[in-house]
Parts: sequence; structure tokens; C-alpha cells
Amino acid sequence: MARRFTPRLERAPLPLILTVVPIASVMLASLLILVVPMIATYPLVPPFGLLALISWRLLVRDIWPAWMALPLGLFDDMCSGQPLGSSACSWTVILLIMELVDRRMMWRDYRKDWQIGIALIGFGLVAALFFANVTGGSAPVWILFPQFLVSSLVLPLVMRFIARLDRFRWRS
Amino acid sequence: MAPPSPRRAGFSRRAQYGIFATYVIAIFGALLALLLALTARFDPKGHAAIQSFLSDLTSPIARGGRATLDAMGDTGKSITAYFNAGSKNKELEAELKVARQKAIEGDVAKRENAQLKRIVQLKEQITTPTIIARLVSSTATSTRRFATLSAGSTSGVQDGMIVRTADGLVGTVLHTGAFSARVSLIIETDRKIPVRRSTDGTPAIATGRGDGSLDISPLVAGNNPFRVGDIFVTSGIGGLYQPNLPVVKVTALKQGVSSGWPLADPASFDFAIVEPAFVAPPPEPVVATEQAKPPVGKTP
Repeated sequence: MARRFTPRLERAPLPLILTVVPIASVMLASLLILVVPMIATYPLVPPFGLLALISWRLLVRDIWPAWMALPLGLFDDMCSGQPLGSSACSWTVILLIMELVDRRMMWRDYRKDWQIGIALIGFGLVAALFFANVTGGSAPVWILFPQFLVSSLVLPLVMRFIARLDRFRWRS
Repeated sequence: MAPPSPRRAGFSRRAQYGIFATYVIAIFGALLALLLALTARFDPKGHAAIQSFLSDLTSPIARGGRATLDAMGDTGKSITAYFNAGSKNKELEAELKVARQKAIEGDVAKRENAQLKRIVQLKEQITTPTIIARLVSSTATSTRRFATLSAGSTSGVQDGMIVRTADGLVGTVLHTGAFSARVSLIIETDRKIPVRRSTDGTPAIATGRGDGSLDISPLVAGNNPFRVGDIFVTSGIGGLYQPNLPVVKVTALKQGVSSGWPLADPASFDFAIVEPAFVAPPPEPVVATEQAKPPVGKTP
């Protein structure tokens, strides 16, 4: 039997893959923390779930309505050990901030994307620290600095990877 | 031309309301999530129950990840073992010679020990049931220092149990699910552990700093008597931690404050022993040595 005919022009990507790939990638990034092969003594591992979320939102501006961060953040809370609802809250605020940024800025280049991403990571980390401290912890803010630095440097890599995924999902 | 924003609905009322609705949902959802997170402060038990149920769901993933990484690590080790087989053989033979002599000495000591025990009629303590489990994951991104234990209430783990390794104290069980438990490590900020110096018993309090090290503050007044290299063990005062578990070794003295790293390095262990919390015996009644002892169980 002959191979199924696939047009090379005007191909419609599968709608299921279009929606599932971004969501699944953020969830998998959240799960990454669980398989880090050591018991951390210091918060140094970048919050990959947050990085993936920010990357998708920076690269594809109409990817999600702001409330999409609620379920994604809740799933991240399940993996990260933070009090439930902490990422759900801060990630939603991050997506709302991005809506404002989109309203203000017409053009964004790579450098601007990175700067916005760094600011949002900083916000996310401080919010996570706030929730951890309110519910029993008492860590000072300076403890976040190395993690903030690592996360800021890793963000472009994550964006590259997410851009690949974006290309993949349109090609499927 | 700049791309039109997908959030600008133009003149379509329908589209405008649609966008407005997403914002309303997002803001209300964020507020609800905030409330949910704050329940952890006002109703820690209820929040912990949900959390431990969810960690039961995710712990198999952590366990699987750990197992695959272990397998990969083992192959690496067994390959490198071939490279220095010759020199290792020589070393091992020398070690064996020493070990044999030591074994004989040990036998002698064992016999002597048994004799002495018979003399003083020392009763062996009833061994408490212990659970051996693995620490499979930790809150690597969070500022809290929690680890997940691969055993839960079905294996007998209960809230408040002590987690330790052969090297020393690790932490306490915070809450338990069916197949997993959350362990609060001793390096958590503001955890306080009563300790004493192993050599002379000088009492101190070890406090987590949040960056993996512990502060050791002496209880005695005056200058800090502790030096670099001092080893601290739990004193057992006040219960919870049984006495003589190694906790911390002083590595730095800064402006009179001594700090050090935990002896059971959390980054390296993975098998841990879970034990019931230590119950401190009630203080013995002060009786002058000349007087007869009061009958057991009665206090004047």
C-alpha cells in the first residue's frame, strides 16, 4: 500500500500536539527536581518549571490565557515541596505581568526577552521565599542569590530548547 | 509593522468580554491559590495531609529516577575498577593481613566484654524497631530543606520519628503519607538541636543556617570555648533526639561564632535509618547517698 499522502505546503499541524506540547513540557520541567540525584543542602537548582513557563510566554505571546498558570503552578507545587498554591499564585501573577509588558512594549528583541525573563525569575524566587517563610521557614533573602544567578544564566538555554519544541509542534 | 496583539479585541464585544473573563479568572484563581498556600500556616495538619497524599503520587517517579541514576553510576564505577586492579590487589592483601590480626584481638575483647557484662549484670536495652529507607528527593529549588523518604505509614513510619544514618543525625519526619514521608533536615533554618562537645560534654545549641551549615552556640557564658575540629553529638536533653548521635563538626570560627557542617552529609547519603523519637527518662529523684532509696514508683 502506498504511503499516506502528506502535503508539504499548507499543512495543518495537529491541534492536539499544538496544545499538549507546551503544557507537557512545563510539567516535565517541574518534574525534573524529583530526579536530581542528590539531597540538596542549598537552594541552587533553578526552578525549571518556572523557566519553561517564562520561555514559552516570551517566545509565543498568545500561547496561554493568564489562568493557565494555575493548574501548571499547582502541579509544580506538588513536585517542589513548596506549600500548595504558592507557585500557582506567583506564576499567575507572572503571566499577568507579561500581559502588561505586552501592552507596553511593541518590539522585543532577544536581549529584552532575557531582561524581562530575569526580572520575572527574581519575582518568582522571592515569592517562593515569601511563601516558604510564611509557612514556617525563616531563610534570609541573600540565600536566593546563587540560585537567581544560575537561573538567569540557564534561561537562554531553556529558551533555545523551548524554541525547538515550538518548531517541532508546528511541524507535526 | 508591529504584529497586532492577540489581546486587542478590536470592536468585537464578544471577544472583549472573552478576554476580560480570562483576566477575572486569573486574578480570582491567584487569590484562591494564595489562600490555599496560607492554609499551610493556619491549618498545617490539613495542608500536610493533602501534601503527603500528593507526595505519595510523585514519589514513585523520584524512586525510579534515583534507581536509573544509581545503575548508571554503578557501571561507571565497575569500569574504572578494572584500571587499577593490580595495585588494588596489593593494597587489599596488606589490609587483609592487618585485618586478621585485628580480628583475633577483637575476639579476645569480645570474650572479655561478655565476662564483664556478666559481672555487672548489664541488661541489654530492648532494641527499638527501626525502619531502613532511602531518601529519594529533596526540595532542591525551595529555601526549605525537606527530603522525601521512600517509606511511609505502611512501613511503620510515623510523624516525629528520627531519621539518621551511620554517620549521624539527619532530621525528623515531618509528615507521613502511605508510601512516602517528608523529612525536615537538621540544616533547615532555625532548627535547634541540643548538643554537647564529644570530648568534655560542654553543652551547646546547634542551629541551622539555611545554607547547609549549622551554627553552634555555647550555653556557658563568656568566650566561645569551641575550636575548629570539635565534634558535637546530641545530648538527649529534653528528649526527641537520643543522646550521642554525631551532629556537626566545627569548621570555622568567625567573630566568636562557631559554625560547621553536618557529619551526615545530606548530599552523599541515601540509605537512612528511621527510629522512634527518644523519650528522655524522668530526672532521678535527688537522694542523699546515706539515705535508703525510696521504693520504686512512689515519690514522697
